Amino acid sequence: MRAKIWGCRGSLAAPGPETVRYGGNTSCIEIRPSDGRLMVIDAGTGIRNLGVSLGEHHPERIDILLSHLHLDHIEGLGFFMPIWDSETELHLWGPPSPTRSLKEGMSQYFSPPLFPVHLDEVPAKLVFHDVPQTTWEIGTVTVRAQPVNHPGPTVGYRLEDEGKALTYISDHEPALGLDLRAVSPDWVSGYALAYGADLLFHDSQYTEDEYLHRVGWGHSSIADMVTFALITKVGHLLMFHHDPLHSDEQLEVMLARARELWGTEPNGLSLSYEGMEIDLAVERELPIAAD
Amino acid sequence: MQQKSLVLILARDLADKLASAVLLVDGAGTLVYFNELAGEILGQSFGEVGEVPLDEWAKAFIALDFSGTPVPFEQLPLVRTLKDQAPHHSAFRIKTPAGDMRDIAVTALPFFARSDELVGAAAIFWDHNPAEPSVLANVEDPPQRADGT
Repeated sequence: MRAKIWGCRGSLAAPGPETVRYGGNTSCIEIRPSDGRLMVIDAGTGIRNLGVSLGEHHPERIDILLSHLHLDHIEGLGFFMPIWDSETELHLWGPPSPTRSLKEGMSQYFSPPLFPVHLDEVPAKLVFHDVPQTTWEIGTVTVRAQPVNHPGPTVGYRLEDEGKALTYISDHEPALGLDLRAVSPDWVSGYALAYGADLLFHDSQYTEDEYLHRVGWGHSSIADMVTFALITKVGHLLMFHHDPLHSDEQLEVMLARARELWGTEPNGLSLSYEGMEIDLAVERELPIAAD
Repeated sequence: MQQKSLVLILARDLADKLASAVLLVDGAGTLVYFNELAGEILGQSFGEVGEVPLDEWAKAFIALDFSGTPVPFEQLPLVRTLKDQAPHHSAFRIKTPAGDMRDIAVTALPFFARSDELVGAAAIFWDHNPAEPSVLANVEDPPQRADGT
């Protein structure tokens, strides 16, 4: 299973000279499992470039896993070229709300005045799936979705293929009301999704000082992110969902702080950056910073 | 790896911040948590009790109506809520493991993660004060005890 990051910025796209190393596009990861199919996690602005890279020869079927319907995770979908191709079969997976299905939620964005085209007018065949409560299969991949602590219906994903596990929890505040070190792990949001994963993409939005003023906003401090990764015993932690106000230099300061907290643990942690590619089947050191 | 439902995780956080006694069970009827205020009323801390099936834990208590007649386990609000997935409220008297008698009012609420998925329930309870009229029609005020209290 391979993963390529097309967007790792949180909340709002943040292009500019101060974000060129780690990128300004919002959440989007391309997944290529062992059977070669195309899966995508989240449809932030990064998905536009993914669509461009696919060109006209994209797979007929594409599965997109949406963590939630906040704009930074769906706003690129209307600019993902395959949806304008009637030959495309696009399967969209995501959490329903207690009152609306995933399709009903998405149609709020895909309608005027927010978007010029109605969802029903999109040429591609769209197939909506409210995420099941149990694991399911997409080709060779076993997928599990589970609610995680973030405002509104939000899930994290665990993808397993050929004995490797990738977990994605982009928007997550596991320490809300809890001391992660003191509580039994089964009381920690996201624990079952992340436990023992080879690779974890996790919310790293705030410094410890920033978090003090943003408790309840649904995101993690660096310290809570590291603690979560340590108690879930992940193989490698990728800091994800960078705050739009954080420059490249600030992200590297945060990485240094995270490494300090990480201590002498043998496994690694890195900053996500646009264009980063990870092959879970290959045992190798992951890159520690963007080129 | 097993993990509690996110609804229960959030409910525990709420319970720890409320100035009300709260007890939580999961959808299978296992007592998974009660807060310090509940511990004061029940005469036990959650650390002493741990996670146990509700029916097993309840054996430590004797529930009586205000005429002194035992209340069957199945009639307790939380047990009814787990069974029929609906809220219930009642007031009754308990004898704690330490032998203390307490008059309590209990409201039990079911928790659904999805409309068809009961993940647990909460019982919110407090000392029942007969001097204060209940706002709930089905709450019976306890009669005075023989000692006039």
